[in-house]
Amino acid sequence: MFLINCPFCGEREQSEFKAGGEAHIVRPKQPTELSDDEWAEYLFMRKNIKGVQFERWNHVHGCRKWFNMVRDTSNDQIKAVYKMGEKPPVK
Amino acid sequence: MSNNLRFKTSKFIDETYRVSFKFNNKTYFGFKGDTLASALLANGIHLVGRSFKYHRPRGIMTSGSEEPNAIIQLHDNSSRTEPNVRATEVEIYEGLVASSQNCWPSVNFDIGGINNLLSPILPAGFYYKTFMWPASFWEKYEYFIRKSAGLGKSPKVADPDIYEHKYIHCDVSVIGAGISGIMAAKMAAKNGFKTLLVDEKSYLGGSSIYDKSEFSKINNQITSSWLEKEINEISKLENLEIKTRTSVAAFHGYNFLLARENLTDHLPINQRENKVRQRLLKIRAKKVITATGSIERPLIFDNNDRPGIMLSSAIKRYIDLYGVACGENIILFTNNDTAYETAMSLIQRGIKINAIIDNREQIDSKISYEVEKNNIKIYKGYTVVDTYGYRRINKISIMKLSKDGQTVIGDKTKLNCDCLGVSGGWTPAVHLFTQSGGKLKFREEDQVFIPNVYPSDQISIGSCNGDFGLEEIIKNTLSSIKKFLDIDNSEYKTVETISGLNQSKRNIWLLPSDKSIGKTKSFVDYQNDATAKDIKLALREGFRSIEHVKRYTTTGMGTDQGKLGNMHALGIISETAGTKMGEHGTTTFRPPYTPLTFGTIVGRNVGEFFDIFRRTPIHDWHVANNAEFENVGQWKRAWYYPKDNENMHQAVQRESKAARDSAGILDASTLGKIDIQGTDASEFLNRVYTNAWSKLAIGKCRYGLMLNEDGMVYDDGVTTRLGENHYIMTTTTGGAANVLGKLEDYLQTEWPELDVYLSSVTDHFATISVCGPNSKKIVSKVIPDLDLSDEKFPHMSFKNSKIDNIKCRIMRISFTGEHSYEINIQANFGKSVWEKCMEAGKDFNITPYGTETMHLLRAEKGFIIVGQDTDATLTPIDLQMDWIVSKKKYDFIGKRSLYRSDTIREDRKQLVGLLTENPEEVLEEGAQIVADIKKSPIEMLGHVTSSYYSPNLKKSIALGVVKGGKNMLGQKLIIPMENKNINVTVADPVFLDKEGERLNAKL
Repeated sequence: MFLINCPFCGEREQSEFKAGGEAHIVRPKQPTELSDDEWAEYLFMRKNIKGVQFERWNHVHGCRKWFNMVRDTSNDQIKAVYKMGEKPPVK
Repeated sequence: MSNNLRFKTSKFIDETYRVSFKFNNKTYFGFKGDTLASALLANGIHLVGRSFKYHRPRGIMTSGSEEPNAIIQLHDNSSRTEPNVRATEVEIYEGLVASSQNCWPSVNFDIGGINNLLSPILPAGFYYKTFMWPASFWEKYEYFIRKSAGLGKSPKVADPDIYEHKYIHCDVSVIGAGISGIMAAKMAAKNGFKTLLVDEKSYLGGSSIYDKSEFSKINNQITSSWLEKEINEISKLENLEIKTRTSVAAFHGYNFLLARENLTDHLPINQRENKVRQRLLKIRAKKVITATGSIERPLIFDNNDRPGIMLSSAIKRYIDLYGVACGENIILFTNNDTAYETAMSLIQRGIKINAIIDNREQIDSKISYEVEKNNIKIYKGYTVVDTYGYRRINKISIMKLSKDGQTVIGDKTKLNCDCLGVSGGWTPAVHLFTQSGGKLKFREEDQVFIPNVYPSDQISIGSCNGDFGLEEIIKNTLSSIKKFLDIDNSEYKTVETISGLNQSKRNIWLLPSDKSIGKTKSFVDYQNDATAKDIKLALREGFRSIEHVKRYTTTGMGTDQGKLGNMHALGIISETAGTKMGEHGTTTFRPPYTPLTFGTIVGRNVGEFFDIFRRTPIHDWHVANNAEFENVGQWKRAWYYPKDNENMHQAVQRESKAARDSAGILDASTLGKIDIQGTDASEFLNRVYTNAWSKLAIGKCRYGLMLNEDGMVYDDGVTTRLGENHYIMTTTTGGAANVLGKLEDYLQTEWPELDVYLSSVTDHFATISVCGPNSKKIVSKVIPDLDLSDEKFPHMSFKNSKIDNIKCRIMRISFTGEHSYEINIQANFGKSVWEKCMEAGKDFNITPYGTETMHLLRAEKGFIIVGQDTDATLTPIDLQMDWIVSKKKYDFIGKRSLYRSDTIREDRKQLVGLLTENPEEVLEEGAQIVADIKKSPIEMLGHVTSSYYSPNLKKSIALGVVKGGKNMLGQKLIIPMENKNINVTVADPVFLDKEGERLNAKL
């Protein structure tokens, strides 16, 4: 079980959090302008890689805040956590 | 008690405290401090169980948690009965009762022993190969296989003991209190680290604590004396917490450890009352030091499993720690020096050693010379080729090893013995290290796997790191702990060691025999009866990966997870396949290291705490009024209120009729309630619901439908505008938490510019719904000051009011299609307001109704229940709810998906009403709907989602989803059931009062 450093609350047990899938996928501002394929790209296509992945997490049993996390899925090392809207501090 | 096996001993055994216990219905005596194994051995008992597959007699093999054979049933015929307990770990107490497992009628005469004679036809994979055909017979085979394969009995009644969980946070956690663990804990604690030291045994010091040998000394003191002083010193340290009888079960990522602390298992039963039996420790350590030691390897030769064949180190522990001789004519069989330490312990007590068989041609160590000086015959370069004796070993035969160790040469010599101690060197206990994700490397010179890459802030020290000599252990522990903790002061000035052992070893994974391999029974995994022959067979049949060989032969799959034999299995595979050790992988060690009880895992979460449920503020009233309850999410909701001897159907019919004829009352407190405030609240609702919200006037309510981004219906409910920037949203009971989560997600991540704040207020309000033609009269009695006229208080509006000076919110909204009011009041007044309504409604036959009646009433009106009539594959269009989807709004969650090529298909499943040909016939929910039963395969068009008998319409009604159902109004369909086909007609889903006359009736 990870220890996750919530950017608002500090270090907490993983059981307080919920994973929310890939990060930095912005909801299109004008969905109606998109073709079916373009909309499907936004709606369904998510990466699931072995290695460094950018993820959304929610401190659901805590401050209820969403934030971003950089995690290496091959060894579960968390490289960084940062607030929504911020640029990832690592590549 | 055969006194000639018990010797005066150390402080570990209290010889003044005699303890009686029962084993296989016979009473024996031991002393306080004994384990069940040591006490049995002191009584001359080796045979304690039968093996898993062949039912071969098996004896005590080890002295610790690695024991494969001596697994017993504890507390027979008691609620505490526990199978698969290792006799080597059970501390005896007055009145202990234990018995052998896997034997019938007794351990001495076991009918299953016939399997041993049949063993030539029971090879690896026997069950897989034999019971394949015919497939339909498997259920019959399984019954007999299970019966014959069972080890131990599980308890039949509830566990009387108490268990609990505890969190521990520390800077450094040291696992294992042997010599290096003690040193590490002292260095950590003395340098200011908050330290935790755990050990699975009841005492500290590991195997060095009883080491009184002159051949290993620290600072010129006997090892045990030096260590005792160390232990004495650390036990006074303030920032060091020491836990004995505590076994680390799992080492997870991020240095998260799970350990089982045993608190009462060593106490007599009558002293255990009201005490916690076992505690699951959840340890978060910044740094972990693993000092779990090593496990002695057995040797693999023909018939190496007879009772009386034990690990040499176990014989030493039994004599040194417990003062118990494991035999009176012992032979030791070794490939390294450690067996000579056992020999010295036996010599000191005057126990006869008939011979030492050593694989090595050359032995050159002080300790071996000392043993030889005592006139003990050492057979150098020899191996054991066979053993004899059914219930106890009585003889062995030995032969000379060839130069390459692959064959035996010369004549066979037979030697008598009653106990054979074997030592194949040592295997570092790297189980926890690998569990944590650590990578091993193979050290060729002594054929061991040792820690290589650490995945977290941790280190392995001592013999679990492959340091076996005393000097090495101490030197490396000091240097690596200094580096690991980044400290200058090690607390140890100079530590001088003397050791009479050297580390030479002649490693032969499978010892040769004069018989062909097919004729031998050389056990690699004792607990699962897997032999070297089985492993070779698996390789011949094409298995290569260790994970496959393991599953095929069951090597390492017992409760001991192959702590003794896994290395040999790997060795035999690599030798046979001609590959390098580890090339085909090492098996994965999975938690728990030693088995945990279910009690420890669940802790206090038993009985009513197993799955905690939520009660509404009116719950007690429902209980007092005979309600049956239904679980909805975590809630207990009143389901129906049977009167007299009513069954559920009768109660629901009565309740439904009363609600429409006069008045009904429902506890709706479980509906999710989200308070929404902020200047952009209206805009926010516009984006999350399919319909438009900007124009909703203050004081008005509106039904909303929420979609997922994929266009599928997610939740629904009524939202009320309380003020300019203030709304209260209701959600389904089960969806409340998820809806809030979803709204927060959009608010925080997609639309952070919106000024909106969300707060869950579900628990703050009790919600009472009063419906029916007389609802207005009842509510006006409860709240006389409120003007309930249709002009002032029309349908879908809200009023602030007071009941007995307590503020409340009244909504005129309806889920039943009747004129109805919803009273929301501070939760703690809920029950009294409910009672007030009951009192006011007395003259109108006000009838409390539960969720079942609520479902029936709404089904009459064709109102959906999200999650019952929908299943995340239906759009609002599929539900024939086009009216709620705004055409004008530019965007809302899910809008774009409503015109994807897939969602606009005409033949999607769509919600329809279903009427049975026979109005008395009620469909089963979930039943399949088809059009043509003659075609094969029958095409499935959909299924029934809701079905009831309506007392108000006096006929059966149902909702269902049917492919292209929207255009099938009036069409005949068939519901095929087990015994009959039911004819139905597709109908409008609104069965009752489509025009809404009841809702708007002047009352």
